[in-house]
Amino acid sequence: MRTISFDGVIVGGGGAGMRAALQLAQSGYKTAVISKVFPTRSHTVSAQGGITCAIASADPQDDWRWHMYDTVKGSDYIGDQDAIEYMCSVGPEAIFELEHMGLPFSRTEEGRIYQRPFGGQSKNYGEGGQAARTCAAADRTGHALLHTLYQNNVKNQTVFFNEWFATDLVKNSDGAVVGVIAICIETGETVYVKSKATVFATGGAGRIYASTTNAHINTGDGMGMALRAGVPAQDMEMWQFHPTGIYGAGTLVTEGCRGEGGYLVNADGERFMERYAPNAKDLAGRDVVARSMILEILEGRGCGPEGDHVKLKLDHLGEEVLESRLPGICELSRTFAHVDPVKEPIPVVPTCHYMMGGIPTNIHGQALTVDAQGSDEIIPGLYACGEVACVSVHGANRLGGNSLLDLVVFGRASGLFIEDALKQGIELRDATTSDIEEANQRLISLNEGSAGENVAALRKELQGVMQNYFGVFRNGEFMQEGVKKLADLKERIANVHLEDKSNAFNTARIECLELQNLFETAEATAIVAEARKESRGAHAREDFTERNDDEWLCHSLYYREGQKVDKRGVNFTPRTVDTFQPKIRTY
Amino acid sequence: MVTQVTSFSRNGLSDWLIQRVSSLILLAYFLFIAVQIGLGVDYTQWRALHDTTAMKVFTLLAVGAFVAHAWIGLWTVFTDYLTEYMLGPIGNIIRPLLQIAVVLALVVYAIWVVQVIWG
Amino acid sequence: MLQVSIYRFNPETDATPQMQDYSIDTGGKDLMVLDVLELIKAEHDSTVTYRRSCREGVCGSDGLNINGKNGLACITPLSETVRKNKLVIRPLPGLPVVRDLVVDMSLFYAQYEKIEPYLQNDTPAPAIERLQSPEDRAKLDGLYECILCACCSTSCPSFWWNPDRFVGPAGLLQAYRFLADSRDQATDERLAKLDDPFSVFRCHGIQNCVNVCPKGLNPTRAIGHIRTMLLNRAA
Repeated sequence: MRTISFDGVIVGGGGAGMRAALQLAQSGYKTAVISKVFPTRSHTVSAQGGITCAIASADPQDDWRWHMYDTVKGSDYIGDQDAIEYMCSVGPEAIFELEHMGLPFSRTEEGRIYQRPFGGQSKNYGEGGQAARTCAAADRTGHALLHTLYQNNVKNQTVFFNEWFATDLVKNSDGAVVGVIAICIETGETVYVKSKATVFATGGAGRIYASTTNAHINTGDGMGMALRAGVPAQDMEMWQFHPTGIYGAGTLVTEGCRGEGGYLVNADGERFMERYAPNAKDLAGRDVVARSMILEILEGRGCGPEGDHVKLKLDHLGEEVLESRLPGICELSRTFAHVDPVKEPIPVVPTCHYMMGGIPTNIHGQALTVDAQGSDEIIPGLYACGEVACVSVHGANRLGGNSLLDLVVFGRASGLFIEDALKQGIELRDATTSDIEEANQRLISLNEGSAGENVAALRKELQGVMQNYFGVFRNGEFMQEGVKKLADLKERIANVHLEDKSNAFNTARIECLELQNLFETAEATAIVAEARKESRGAHAREDFTERNDDEWLCHSLYYREGQKVDKRGVNFTPRTVDTFQPKIRTY
Repeated sequence: MVTQVTSFSRNGLSDWLIQRVSSLILLAYFLFIAVQIGLGVDYTQWRALHDTTAMKVFTLLAVGAFVAHAWIGLWTVFTDYLTEYMLGPIGNIIRPLLQIAVVLALVVYAIWVVQVIWG
Repeated sequence: MLQVSIYRFNPETDATPQMQDYSIDTGGKDLMVLDVLELIKAEHDSTVTYRRSCREGVCGSDGLNINGKNGLACITPLSETVRKNKLVIRPLPGLPVVRDLVVDMSLFYAQYEKIEPYLQNDTPAPAIERLQSPEDRAKLDGLYECILCACCSTSCPSFWWNPDRFVGPAGLLQAYRFLADSRDQATDERLAKLDDPFSVFRCHGIQNCVNVCPKGLNPTRAIGHIRTMLLNRAA
């Protein structure tokens, strides 16, 4: 097997990966990005509404501490306050950098970046009413962001391995991560990509659910690789269901629609969020809105012949506002819902959207595990940023507009830290041939397998189990049944049959490898969801309806070996502000 | 590899402009001639018209425009279809040969016209 | 049963490409073309190869030639393209085929990189954003939305003949996106690099690009603007 060496290797060419790559490439270190799709095809491109940050454009008095308060409250108090503090305070600098790189933000009359209201935003620590803090490029902010980052990586001559797929982590005898095994999809060649710093920016895994806003490529590859390498996963029970996925198609309709003045109605035409969140109404936290929608549907006030969705009303905003502020939504709605939002409301339903959990890291992107004494221990050589990481700034529920900020700020932070570490010198023991062979074992078994089940059927079954047993509302008995069904799938997915053994652009092989990653993510989700016996943020249990701060004001940790569930403390010690103490969360 | 060394002006904008200006000159010339023929000129009148200096200049201008227009147009066609990318290495032999043939033809036409009107 | 015909070529086993036919039960639903491909790959033939990612028309992965017209499979409903119950899917024309419906897009990306697709401004950046009026920002609408799907460039005969020299509609649309940006200062250098007989001037205005763009963008108009800028610069 050929070896290619770099100072830093970034796995994933989305927003976080390309922001990290840009930082490293600018510093002159030999940097490579491995991306299974051409970078501008990454899922960041689908982000619509914007990037939340206190740049004080819409409101000159705006303060990053207010943003921090909202984020801590939104996380239902298991977001790490040092990380949230870092993200909210460094955010403006990171946004201005993006603008200087050329990101075509929408503008105010003063020529500043346009900011729109989003859910869960407030002024003055929740006392000053709704804030408008989400910086937007129409409703194509992710597209504008991702293309700008790619363009600046082209400018800085980052090396891209486009349409290469990382299969597993390579660890040396000290347990340090020293690179990855990767396949060139076009030729089928497998290589060992050796690196002093391996950054996972592999994104989410929304495809574990049958109905998701996520792209086909969001298969939890980073989670799968990390879990197999013995890295724990944190807060995996926390999955965000976005209130407004288009009914039937699953494609996303931005929260910005409600930010611009749209609202949800039930079959009676009632604006039901006024009952559930009298103050914030349709701009309450996403978990709150999603649950309210499901309750409306369960109580028989859903729309359509099956009564299984509600509607998002936008027509009162007028054609001009819709076409200038939400042109992409108009396009998506016409294509996927066959509804013109200028005239009719869009049918929507809560849809799996975002993985709040992931690889635990510190604010420098260094991956962590917990030692026998319960203290954090850094995993040498491995970093994570973006959706695959759990810093954790989102805790149990992410606020809209915070994902883009997360990936820019922590992509950048990882890059900065690695640059510094490389300057000081990173010495890692080389991987031996057997270390590399061990990492390549999964691929070899897949290639050599001669029996087993079809990848599409197994994937469908997995997605069905997750959808039915681990959805918006969860129940202990149900989840135990779900866990059993996953246990039944485990061996079958490990032995998935790859019929097509060809080398050239074999997407069937990639789909098998992705399915195994999906399974790792799903299993982690299921087991911790069953274990967390309370309701918090996006994790809503019918058998434990209340938040239980005595036992569960903490992160969950999941280890693949022995399916062990553990707890990890939440950081309550920001450096420059007072701790935000847990309060009852209402909107 | 197709290069632009053989292009008329070696500059896209100039070629583009020349192509448009030359077509206007040709259009004016042929309209003028068409009108003359339409009026039913006889041979004496036709000779007299072409003996005037103004008409000689006009004809010469039209010939110049024709040569430039034809070269730019055919050069574009040749560098579209008769290239290494389209035909393989042989494209790099066929194209120059045809280009030489076109240049020769255009030069011969031009000299011939000059001979006719000043001869 | 929908009759689907797909262009097949596996470089490891096939000397020449051929069309392969499938009868597909769509359940009477107006599926997207991508859904049909997914159905074929899942239930009929796992070897059928194509690119896909977002499935909502924003990532630009699945540009294909569908019943003779370039478009994105994920946002092309059957009702829009199928006539006489027949769906013919081929790779984008004019680029080398890697396998089945997957083409080698290196030439396309090279042209994109050639126009230096990044903002150039050497003045020291302010502590906040550079200001831009809504009017100046509006000049970027219809330009920055390009998703690099290559539907336009691969429908352009000039790009088929000279993919190495003619920038093509997608690249030129992006060239104009930066020429039109009030924050960019490299206008003159950008124009100088476009002033050869190939980069811009192979566009003969046939508007195939406009006809196929799945995002409704107009590269021909952008190219016209570039030509005007070149003229003004020369005058």
